[in-house]
Amino acid sequence: MSFLSLTSIKKSFGPVHVVHDFNMNIEKGEFVSFLGPSGCGKTTVLRMIAGFETPSAGKIVINGKDQGSLKPNQRNIGMVFQAYALFPNMNVHDNVAFGLKIAGTDKSEIDARVKQMLGLIKLEHLADRFPYQLSGGQQQRVALARAIAVKPQVLLLDEPLSALDAKIRVSLREEIRQIQQQLGITTVFVTHDQEEALSISDRIVVMNAGRADQIGTPFEIYNTPSTRFVASFVGTLSIIEGKVADPAAGAVTIGNQQVALKEPIAGMKGGDSISLALRPEAGSIAEGATGDTSLAGQVVSTSFLGSVIRTRLRVGGDVISFDMFNNPGVAPPVSGDNVTLRFAAKDLLVIRE
Amino acid sequence: MKKIWAWGALVFGLLYFTLPLIGMTNFSLKMRRGEYSFDAYQKVFADPRFQETFSYSVMQALFTIIFGVLLVVPTAYWVRLKLPRLRPVIEFITLLPLVIPAIVIVFGYIRLYNTSSWLPLTGSLTGTNILLMFGYATLALPYMYRAVDTGLRTIDVATLTEAAQSLGAGWATILAKIILPNVLVAVLSGAFLTFAIVIGEFTMAALLNRPAFGPYMQLLGANRAYEPAALAVIAFGITWGCLGLIQLVSRFQKSAPPKA
Repeated sequence: MSFLSLTSIKKSFGPVHVVHDFNMNIEKGEFVSFLGPSGCGKTTVLRMIAGFETPSAGKIVINGKDQGSLKPNQRNIGMVFQAYALFPNMNVHDNVAFGLKIAGTDKSEIDARVKQMLGLIKLEHLADRFPYQLSGGQQQRVALARAIAVKPQVLLLDEPLSALDAKIRVSLREEIRQIQQQLGITTVFVTHDQEEALSISDRIVVMNAGRADQIGTPFEIYNTPSTRFVASFVGTLSIIEGKVADPAAGAVTIGNQQVALKEPIAGMKGGDSISLALRPEAGSIAEGATGDTSLAGQVVSTSFLGSVIRTRLRVGGDVISFDMFNNPGVAPPVSGDNVTLRFAAKDLLVIRE
Repeated sequence: MKKIWAWGALVFGLLYFTLPLIGMTNFSLKMRRGEYSFDAYQKVFADPRFQETFSYSVMQALFTIIFGVLLVVPTAYWVRLKLPRLRPVIEFITLLPLVIPAIVIVFGYIRLYNTSSWLPLTGSLTGTNILLMFGYATLALPYMYRAVDTGLRTIDVATLTEAAQSLGAGWATILAKIILPNVLVAVLSGAFLTFAIVIGEFTMAALLNRPAFGPYMQLLGANRAYEPAALAVIAFGITWGCLGLIQLVSRFQKSAPPKA
């Protein structure tokens, strides 16, 4: 049985349905990210786990215990907020000790635990500082220490890195992952940043309009998106519209060109519209590029991104993006060039709505 | 040219405000013929009725502040947290004491809580003292509520509450350990304003026939020459002392509002 299980969760605010039939099982010690755009319902699901919102329907079970009748302060759940939420009237030590004091822990034990937590986040030397004397990154690390000091059964992270600058975001997310693995805490992380979710999660739930569009490992989510939304939200997939030419042979017409997919197209007949997706790193226009499939097109634009050059190519009615490594010896294509993009047929993914 | 007018307006305002005070202070020091002295002040301080009424009003002020804090802080907190749509209604209600004269309120009290009513508060001294304290709390409500509400505006009430809840805290702990300490300066501002109001209030204390400082000032003013002026200077000093304390405690605030 899963450690945290969400069964048929629904949530409505008046006539607005925010979460529709959400199901998810999370194992003990797992790090799961809810990924999606603003308003997709990911934070609402998190707040329902914490007890700050009551589900309109469905059941939340943690460690075999139904949480329905429990108030937020009875759930033993640690939470880290986007806005840090450190208590302004307490210094770092007292902030971290707060939950332990509430639990009636001995003073000596509290001091030892706070010291251990501050050691974990490498801020022992700032124990006497007040929140306003800390940087954003330091405040969020203290908030993390405060949340895990009480040994919560589940740790909830509500966009904890969104308010930080890019460099600190990267270092802190690695720190969060390291601490989570070290302590083995079951963690749910909410973010709208796909890079964040891909880099630290065991599994990702891609949410769209209150539903889980796809649940999978970062590898699965990135490489085999199952819906158009996942394909467009995660990574920079190019969506190519085509017509099925021969479903049994996996043949698809794109503009006036025909390509063959790796497998037959199930459930479709000749002439049906089909959406395909191609990752930018899957294709190449370099001389000697390998690939059993190709599409000819005209370069629309190129963007220099440092280590890679992103080129946008018009094929039929669509624009396909592809990346090539920056090579100082090779000039990048220019707008108007006619080129042939080569890629493997297995990289062309069929996308459902 | 604009500057001259601005300076002129400032000087006029200062004179308008300070001249009566200077005149009153000057008069209060002239009890002894031909020289300045503190005789009027000595007489006031030596008067047992001064000590009695002043200590009575101070005690009333303290109880009013305690009651006001217990009433207003949880109310303002709850309205901000759970009933934000009711804020305009609550604000309107808290403003009512400014537009309803104290005499109307106290007559209402006397009618509602007289000895033949179901709750005869005016039938005993303790009951009347409690009734007067409620009256004072009502008069101070606009100031106390606004001060606390302004304090609550500087902190992220909802997130701090949720953070405390997730750490196991109940409502009482959240109010006592998180909310109150973070709005303490605002509460103290409201408390000092309440203190100033209670010390100078006349109508309610006089009509409920309690030995408060306000009626004593009025009584003295009607029968003496120099002592009322000295008393007015003392009352003014107390009010300004309260305002000074508001400024002082603001500087002792250890924390700054969290960054959003």
